[in-house]
Amino acid sequence: MRTHRLTRRQVLQGLAATSLALPLLGRKAFGAAPAPSKVTPGLIEAAKKEGEAIWYTAVDLPVAERLGKAFEAKYPGMTLRVERSGGERIFQRISQEYGSNLHKVDVVNSSDAAHFVVWKREGMLAPYVPEDVALHYPKDQQDPDGLFATWRAWLCVIGYNTKLVKKEDAPKSYKDLLDPKWMGKIVKAHPGYSGTILTATYQIARDVGWDYFEKLSKQKVMQVQSSADPPKRLALGERAIMADGNEYNLFQLKEKGDPVEIVYPTEGTPLIVGPTGVLKDAPHPNGARLFQSYLFSPEAQKLMVDFGGLRSFHALVKDKEGRTPLKDIKLMKDDPVAVEKQADEIKAKYTSYFKV
Amino acid sequence: MTETARLDASRAVLPLFAGALFLLVVLPVGWLAVFAFSDHAGHFTLSNFRLLVTDPSFRDPLVTALALAVSVSVICSAVAAPMGYLVARTDMPFRRPVRLLVMASFVTPPFLGAIAWELLAAPNSGLLNQLYRAARGADPDVVLFDIYTFWGLAFAICCYTFPYVFVLVANALDRIPADLEDASSMLGGSAARTARKVTIPLALPALLAGALVAFLQTMTLFGSPAILALPAGFHVITTKIWSLFQYPPKPELAAAASLPLLLLTVVLLRAQAKILGRRGYTVVGGKSGEVRPVALGGWRWPAFAFCFAVLCLSVLLPYGALFNAAFSRIPSQPLTFSNFTFSHFQFVFQELSSTKLAIKNTFYLGMSAATCGTIFALVIASLTARAATLGTRALSFLATAPIAIPGITLGVGLFLAYTRGPVVLYGTLWILLLAYVTIELPAAYQQLQAAFRGISGELEEASRILGASRLGTLRRVTAPLLGPSLVATWCFIFVAVMRELSAAVILFTSETKVLSVLIFDLNESGDLAAISVLGLTMLVLTAVILVAANRIPGFTGGMKLGRRI
Repeated sequence: MRTHRLTRRQVLQGLAATSLALPLLGRKAFGAAPAPSKVTPGLIEAAKKEGEAIWYTAVDLPVAERLGKAFEAKYPGMTLRVERSGGERIFQRISQEYGSNLHKVDVVNSSDAAHFVVWKREGMLAPYVPEDVALHYPKDQQDPDGLFATWRAWLCVIGYNTKLVKKEDAPKSYKDLLDPKWMGKIVKAHPGYSGTILTATYQIARDVGWDYFEKLSKQKVMQVQSSADPPKRLALGERAIMADGNEYNLFQLKEKGDPVEIVYPTEGTPLIVGPTGVLKDAPHPNGARLFQSYLFSPEAQKLMVDFGGLRSFHALVKDKEGRTPLKDIKLMKDDPVAVEKQADEIKAKYTSYFKV
Repeated sequence: MTETARLDASRAVLPLFAGALFLLVVLPVGWLAVFAFSDHAGHFTLSNFRLLVTDPSFRDPLVTALALAVSVSVICSAVAAPMGYLVARTDMPFRRPVRLLVMASFVTPPFLGAIAWELLAAPNSGLLNQLYRAARGADPDVVLFDIYTFWGLAFAICCYTFPYVFVLVANALDRIPADLEDASSMLGGSAARTARKVTIPLALPALLAGALVAFLQTMTLFGSPAILALPAGFHVITTKIWSLFQYPPKPELAAAASLPLLLLTVVLLRAQAKILGRRGYTVVGGKSGEVRPVALGGWRWPAFAFCFAVLCLSVLLPYGALFNAAFSRIPSQPLTFSNFTFSHFQFVFQELSSTKLAIKNTFYLGMSAATCGTIFALVIASLTARAATLGTRALSFLATAPIAIPGITLGVGLFLAYTRGPVVLYGTLWILLLAYVTIELPAAYQQLQAAFRGISGELEEASRILGASRLGTLRRVTAPLLGPSLVATWCFIFVAVMRELSAAVILFTSETKVLSVLIFDLNESGDLAAISVLGLTMLVLTAVILVAANRIPGFTGGMKLGRRI
């Protein structure tokens, strides 16, 4: 077990090497993270006085609400309000709100790590390092200035409905999706709404090529918005194949007994990291910090992994039995800096192929 | 002395309301115009419009929206006009239940209907398609209906737009007195000939008005296209405008794209006024003559079957599908004992943290928008109905003008107007209230104006002669006489707030979320069961409020929602 953990972390470290460059984009070149913060009775007291925390997140709604309820149960007197939306829409909402000098959000989690590049540059985040992050998280998954850390990671995968597709017929790669037999049978999420898909689109376009998307757009794809949606359409039986979408939704559905199966494409699977940070102008600064600490605690991470199907970087939290460990999967490299630079171009190019 | 003081009080009302209307209408539209002609740095430019005309990603949605609106308008007229005739002028069985169910379709938000039709007619998981395949033993690839197409979208919009045409036509036919028809039959015209030569021509202006309303509603509709057009792979102009708010937001382009919508609406309304001005409703008049139903004979039941089929498609099947999804473990599976579950209700009411907030906001906004809007419309109608000065005509124009502003355009305009100083309203419920009142004011005003015309001026004159002021007369004499119309107007605005998504989706923040936006967000992540639970809850709560409003002592009899649109 021990070796497995080390290997897994090494794999993640290697793959997330580019996210190392991420903090370097900040104004300060040298890490100046504040000392790790424990959850003190004083913090709990102050948070309870505020009574509330507001969390903008891109994680799947039931997972977010479950975490919120667990937080409220642990700290009676606290209310956590979840605002779930696609990562790109969260980014748009915050820029719209901050543009009008409205500070509504306490803690933010996105499915697009590039957003944190921007928020850090704009000086919108508060330095805060929960104790768990300092003790149990790999250094490359933390901002050196202590502004954010990787709260969750997951894969953007291909999937199929096992009632509609036999295992041996299932696609094994992105190229397989271009087979005419899948015409009209594919569901796919949109990079304009989902941070996961934007990140994945960047990685796939880089490693497989834009002509893949051009050809895919000729397959009469059913276009939905959030990366949480294709797995659900798959389970409904609305489409036989999903070209992209969250691995964690498929874990949840599969373990519930729904007829879905995951495919890790042979070209490689996009790895997505979802950092979380506290806003500098949070309306409930103590509630925000209490919740941020909770999010990185082993119990929240375990809930996120077991119930939510996500991947955790917490050293004490293990993958659930029966899920393919990351070390056995060929992954594509994450590159938030490049995604941040090319986001507009990616969306425009995508729209020119898919017409929406 | 006192008389002059009173006159002054009512004179002050006019500029006050004119000023308020100015803020509601002119300010957002003004900002829209400013932005449409600005580049990102705020300098004057025409490049936004150049892009709009030359870039196919803007041109195509506009063309698609036009085609969609024409199709919906034609289909709605073809279906709703005969229905209106059957209900108003014939002895078809179950006329009252048919009217009631049309109202149920009217209070259904179009986006909810669109989601219900996803459950019914998604090509593979849709209940109707599954049923068809099971019945025919057909291949999984056989698809009877596909809602994710242009015609699927047109159909889903028709289901919730035809009530506009129906109400207008049925009300017009209700008011046509029998003497004109009697004259025709005395001169030897058969029943069919009388209908063709007398009744139908008299109802034509109403049909034309209905077709126009259907066209405009479709053109400016956001919810149904956002839900069905994206999976189908095309944009309409409203969804395109919305997509311009994706990061990085391009409010200049959104403003520029909104203006054609505004212009088109103004032009069409002018055209309607011209056509109707010539034909005129005034032929319809007098109080003589009961409406005499036409005997359908053997056609009674086929006629009812036709109405029933339409209502199945717009009300019974969709609500059936929502009910099924609310209780079934997997929304696309028909409900059985083994997959029955309360877990979706538990999720919506216990786990989903924005449910309570959204319900609270929606009902506060619904009530206050309905109350403000009714009072506003009442005062303006009272000022304009009894005097035709330049001031009142301007007031009347301002109160009617928002009818030309599509919800999403107004949303963009209000966003631009109230996200910068001096008054920042974005992020509060006030901005939503402003939007709702502005959007619904024209309909409310027209309803009350018509009601005013129905009340003879004598009673008011008596009150004035006895020394009451103009406002005092309005409060003590006119308002009580208008009771039923006031309740009807109030209900109309309340329902409209429930249905509204396009302005709210631009203007909401996390604390000012309303039910329509919550449902729209849930649709984004594919939580169809939660949507069904919320949709049914919304319907029940709306029904409770409407029934309660119609039970207010002294105000009864106003149940006829949306008599005039």
